[in-house]
Amino acid sequence: MAEPAPLMALTALPPRGRYGAYGGQYVPETVMPALDELVREAPRALADPAFQAELVRLQATYAGRPTPCYFAERLTAHHGGAQLWLKREDLLHTGAHKLNNALGQVLLARRMGKRRIIAETGAGQHGLATATVCARFDLPCVVYMGEEDMRRQAVNVYKMRLLGATVTPVTSGTRTLKDATSAAIRDWVTNVGDTHYVIGSAVGPHPYPWLVRTLQSVIGREARQQLLAQAGRLPHTVVACVGGGSNAIGAFAGFLADPEVSLLGVEAAGRGLDGPDNAASLVAGRPGILHGAYSYLLQDQDGQVLETHSVSAGLDYPGVGPEHSALRDSGRARYVGVDDAQALAAFHRCCRLEGIPPALETAHALVAAGELAATLPPAAVVLVCFSGRGDKDIDTVRAAGEAPPG
Amino acid sequence: MSSLPPGAVRLQAALAVGPAIAVVPYLMAGYPAAEATVPCLLGAAAGGAAVVELGFPFSDPLADGPTIQHAGQVALAQGMGVARALAQLRAARAAGLTVPVVTMTYLNPIWQYGLERYCQDAAAAGADGLLIPDLPADEAGPAAAAATASGLGFVAMVAPTSTPARIAAAAARATAFLYCVARTGVTGAGDGVPEEALALLGRVRAASPLPRALGFGLGHRDQLVALQGRAEAAVVGSALLEALAEAPDPGVATARFVRRLR
Repeated sequence: MAEPAPLMALTALPPRGRYGAYGGQYVPETVMPALDELVREAPRALADPAFQAELVRLQATYAGRPTPCYFAERLTAHHGGAQLWLKREDLLHTGAHKLNNALGQVLLARRMGKRRIIAETGAGQHGLATATVCARFDLPCVVYMGEEDMRRQAVNVYKMRLLGATVTPVTSGTRTLKDATSAAIRDWVTNVGDTHYVIGSAVGPHPYPWLVRTLQSVIGREARQQLLAQAGRLPHTVVACVGGGSNAIGAFAGFLADPEVSLLGVEAAGRGLDGPDNAASLVAGRPGILHGAYSYLLQDQDGQVLETHSVSAGLDYPGVGPEHSALRDSGRARYVGVDDAQALAAFHRCCRLEGIPPALETAHALVAAGELAATLPPAAVVLVCFSGRGDKDIDTVRAAGEAPPG
Repeated sequence: MSSLPPGAVRLQAALAVGPAIAVVPYLMAGYPAAEATVPCLLGAAAGGAAVVELGFPFSDPLADGPTIQHAGQVALAQGMGVARALAQLRAARAAGLTVPVVTMTYLNPIWQYGLERYCQDAAAAGADGLLIPDLPADEAGPAAAAATASGLGFVAMVAPTSTPARIAAAAARATAFLYCVARTGVTGAGDGVPEEALALLGRVRAASPLPRALGFGLGHRDQLVALQGRAEAAVVGSALLEALAEAPDPGVATARFVRRLR
């Protein structure tokens, strides 16, 4: 039997909470002591064998890890060229990679004696994952969700409520993930004594980008080991969609030390990169400060954060995790945009050819991976982080029209 | 120890009105209407404000409750931004405004404007100090240095959750005064003076001789009376903005509101 993949890439905290110029702690003073506590306690917990043992046990018996690494034969034939392999985070309990983070953070919150959990959610997958773990551990859970996203992801709202969570509609600003995150931070400012904020992506003030990346790094660590065993080689490129960027940074984390492996992040180009209707911070934005971190940001000339658009609620966010900004600037990773129509076409294609409905977020990665594979020889491997399943997006896809023929 | 920036000297002198507590109204540039900023600033001075805190709108104000969030949205819808707000401050000075003014803005708008350029232009427009609510002492080095270089006072924030080490760090950063957050929470009108506010004021006095301005949840005269001798200044924001929402003449309403607090 193969050695189990290491639980997580236990890297040290970034010095001064920064990845190059990016990151930091730009938050109201009221929550700074709580961030100081997290900086102290999170590395200690993650390095504690007892904590690790409990996390590994729950990952295996509750969450469904390891997730498979699957050779997508018909998608590969469709695009021609390199082999497309899918790291199947869609098969994780609750249907997306989000549970990796929620499980780890809720265990951490319990260890720190926090009695109440809050979260923000866009597509609903992070809210669902957090509500799920809170049900398992009998913790009260409040999920902030933009009114517009509640409409787009009504089934996930119902599921969270079934699990006992309180879903609080956010009606300010754009009524999507950005404002849900602001509302969650305001709740944390108000209830910081007994509340842990389970942030859903590798964004926010230090140490959250580090914490979320560490908990998601299980994706990349497993995939690296699986590819070596099943495909007999490292991938040419790892491809993942990037909203805040947690599945991408988790997948990339397993390959950062392999200089021959390229990293490709795929942002939502929405209705196009020329106009304002996209969510591609790294491709179309410039650095700024939002939700506690300095990172690439979609903003106007006055530094006001822009309304974004993507057909995928999980990518519909004007910021991005600070480590991605550093990877972009250093050239270690490359970032491109894929638009709504391309993502919808990839959704249908993946259903028809592989029998796997991808989340619309994941569909963005499939587009870029397919285009890349077509340029590479058949011996090469392109690994796609298949971040989530598409059930939540069925209504959006249906409303967008019939599947293309074939 | 280097000498204080002139803006910090003016702010400290203005707050030293004891035994009465100094009243610091918070206004949002461009609220309730684009052209209301100058009359509201003059009204605040006429009503007896010791210092005025002038807020600039931001799309994502993390420390603010519904009232100031709404005021910011209204101001943004009027096209208010950093350059325009500074122009309005300059106009208020030209119209005879003499009380010191602290600008309050989240970091990103002035980061995009350029920290040093912002401090220079704010000083030239007649600002005396600046406050950035999402810039804790740990990250505030460059902003505090830029403020000092332009002669502006720097205001640092402390909260009921701040540890002694964090209070000391904020006190080391501040040149003008310490903004003491009265409750664990966001801005918004309230009643009474929370125990945690009084405890914080005591801890701050033990750590620093700087003036203490208490804010968040203040808006009634009885609250200010209760704070006499315990804080040097009281910042009143959401309650004032609520009073301005429907006011036919925002300048007159500001003066009346501030006068009633004294």
